Amino acid sequence: MISLAGRDILHGWGKFIFTGIGLGLLIGVTLTMAGVYRGMIDDAQVLIDNSGADLWVVQKDTLGPYAESSSLYEDIYRSIVILPGVAQAVNVTYFTMQVRHGERDVRSMAVGIVPGEAGQPGWPPYLVAGRQITRSHYEAVADIATGFRLGDRIKIRRNHYTVVGLTRRMVSSNGDPMVFIPLRDAQEAQFLKDNDAIVQNRRRTAENPNFNRPGVPGLLEAVIASQSGNPYVNAVLVSIRPGYTAEQVARPIRQWKRLTVYTRAQMESILIEKLIATAAKQIGMFLVILALVSAAIVAFIIYTLTLGKIREIAVLKLIGTRNRTIALMIMQQAIGLGLIGFAVGKIAATFWAPIFPKYVLLLPGDSLRGFVAVVIICALASVMAIRAALKVDPAEAIGG
Amino acid sequence: MKHLTVGGRTLAMMAVVLPLLALLIYVVLRSGPLAPVPVRVMPVETRSIAPGLYGIGTVEARYTYRIGPTLAARVQTLDVHVGDRVTAGQVLGTMDPIDFDARRRAQDAAIKRARAQQQEAAARQRHAQAQVQRYEQLLIAGSTSEEVVTTKQQELQVFDATLAAAYAELTRVQAEGEALMAQRQNLRLLAPVDGLVMARNADPGTTVVAGQAVVEVIEPESLWINVRFDQVSATGLSAGLAARIALRSRSELSLSGEVLRVEPLADAVTEEMLAKVVFAQLPEPLPPIGELAEVTLMLPALPAQPTVPNAALQRINGVLGVWRVENDALNFVAVKTGVHDLDGRVQVLAGLKPGEEVVIYSRQALTDGSRIKVVEQLPGVAP
Repeated sequence: MISLAGRDILHGWGKFIFTGIGLGLLIGVTLTMAGVYRGMIDDAQVLIDNSGADLWVVQKDTLGPYAESSSLYEDIYRSIVILPGVAQAVNVTYFTMQVRHGERDVRSMAVGIVPGEAGQPGWPPYLVAGRQITRSHYEAVADIATGFRLGDRIKIRRNHYTVVGLTRRMVSSNGDPMVFIPLRDAQEAQFLKDNDAIVQNRRRTAENPNFNRPGVPGLLEAVIASQSGNPYVNAVLVSIRPGYTAEQVARPIRQWKRLTVYTRAQMESILIEKLIATAAKQIGMFLVILALVSAAIVAFIIYTLTLGKIREIAVLKLIGTRNRTIALMIMQQAIGLGLIGFAVGKIAATFWAPIFPKYVLLLPGDSLRGFVAVVIICALASVMAIRAALKVDPAEAIGG
Repeated sequence: MKHLTVGGRTLAMMAVVLPLLALLIYVVLRSGPLAPVPVRVMPVETRSIAPGLYGIGTVEARYTYRIGPTLAARVQTLDVHVGDRVTAGQVLGTMDPIDFDARRRAQDAAIKRARAQQQEAAARQRHAQAQVQRYEQLLIAGSTSEEVVTTKQQELQVFDATLAAAYAELTRVQAEGEALMAQRQNLRLLAPVDGLVMARNADPGTTVVAGQAVVEVIEPESLWINVRFDQVSATGLSAGLAARIALRSRSELSLSGEVLRVEPLADAVTEEMLAKVVFAQLPEPLPPIGELAEVTLMLPALPAQPTVPNAALQRINGVLGVWRVENDALNFVAVKTGVHDLDGRVQVLAGLKPGEEVVIYSRQALTDGSRIKVVEQLPGVAP
């Protein structure tokens, strides 16, 4: 038995292929949009995973350190590390800023990490080149998305840092690549104003008669020194010992240290439900509309493709072809078109995804769902086309 | 299209569909979770490492002389300026004595008065002594009463005491005069050592309080660096270690030095240890006080031990370890690490044998089930 659909496709193969590719690019855009949405959520997720923390201790009643600003005294970690169930408690700072390299500047999130043993919470969990920070000042590990290379000298505020390591997929919830620098430098960078501002502030202090008394030598110097320190960090990352639950460790910190503590699940909900909620909904809304529009276009293409062949179908009917055969032909063609479209879309999405400035995560599950949706939409669209085809009057083959 | 035969059309169709299919399979296998993770591996090397310490500090002068008056006074002259070299004993400036001369005249008068009072007391005492002798003889002769003699004796004792008080008063007033003269000497600001004027805090006409520095002089030969080392990475910090010093203004120049001493008092607030590092040879021109310097100390090399790069170390579920590669299979092994050097090599005390291959770089986080592909260079990383 010859395949009626196959023969028909071969008859107009160019048209069929190009329609399929066009459809495919549309499907590709839809898949990419799904990838953008997933990427956004993944950015928030990796932020949590990469910190390596089980608990986040932040300023009381804030949603810090990612969703709100939070500041704690840097020595608070000492009173947390001795609590039962705490394996490690380390200070960390997060600060989004422009990092300059030569003429260029890159928006990135500077993360201040405590130098010491590798693998501490806050540290980049894996590298793609170079090494981790070993000096307690002026070294940096940068995400590869910053475009920095090993050995580059980058400038944060007034200090220069040498890029000693590169990592990957270390981003803030906004997708800004991270630059890891030693904690002391980060504290300074977070606090430090430009030199002009410092000089002006000194002058302002010196002109204040309360601080610059003739009878009290040294007072002005003491006031200025106290103005130019930053004993704060944004959060304390806590990892817990095996055998303890996060809640068990968090409770005494909340109760007795009067600080706010978030567990991994809570932090995840803060990031995804609060921080990126609106942006994600925006993209999600767009994805829904795009998917609906794509579905409509696919349906219309198949419908018009069938209507274009109405005369041939009339001939088929005239020569006594069974309705079932005609219906099968149309459905096979529609699904074939859908398959080509999906393949082109998947390939296109995979190849252009890495070009996007922010992360695009193409999940196999999404592709599978897309595949099923494409097949179902094609089948449904072909049903409409089949209804139109079966209603055709065989007389049209000779008439018109 | 009409000129194509059915066979030709099939071929053309296949020519489009088959590559598409192949590409799809490639895409599915090479991206997403099915794709192998590119990793770079490196064998565990047995080598000797020399741990280093790294700290930053500021250039300070070991001896700073803050020269000022010991009384509240007004600056009269100040002959030196910042940057001037001064020699020991040189007069740097003078303070205005203001009421000094009047006070000295008053003091002179007070001395004279005290001396006169002392003479008066001596005269009275001599007279009382004579009277006592006279009345004692009269008593022996029986021409006076014993009561009168006793009264004269008591008068003599009073005048003895008055004389002693007058002597003491004279001494006091004279000492005061000497003190005033000493203050006069202190109104000249003298350089205590050969040095360099670092600060001139007041100009002539300014009134300064006692103890406030008018001029600050340092000994330039005594420049050192007050270096701060993070306590967490200050193992082995001790006096006598060789140091490489990079001044912020001359960062390409590496100067040599030595740790003079480690401060017994660490900074409890910033969690840093403090040490003083001296230059082997003072750089010319002298670095300004307060300039930032980066100091690297090299500790003696340790005996050879298996080492891995610190990029290989990961902490998974609270366990520090590395991903070992055996026959293309991944295996997370816990390790015990020792010291590390500044180039990021870490001693492995337990858990790994030399020659075993470990993952140092990976394109993404690894898990037990990850498929890996060993590559020379990770994609996207510039060589």
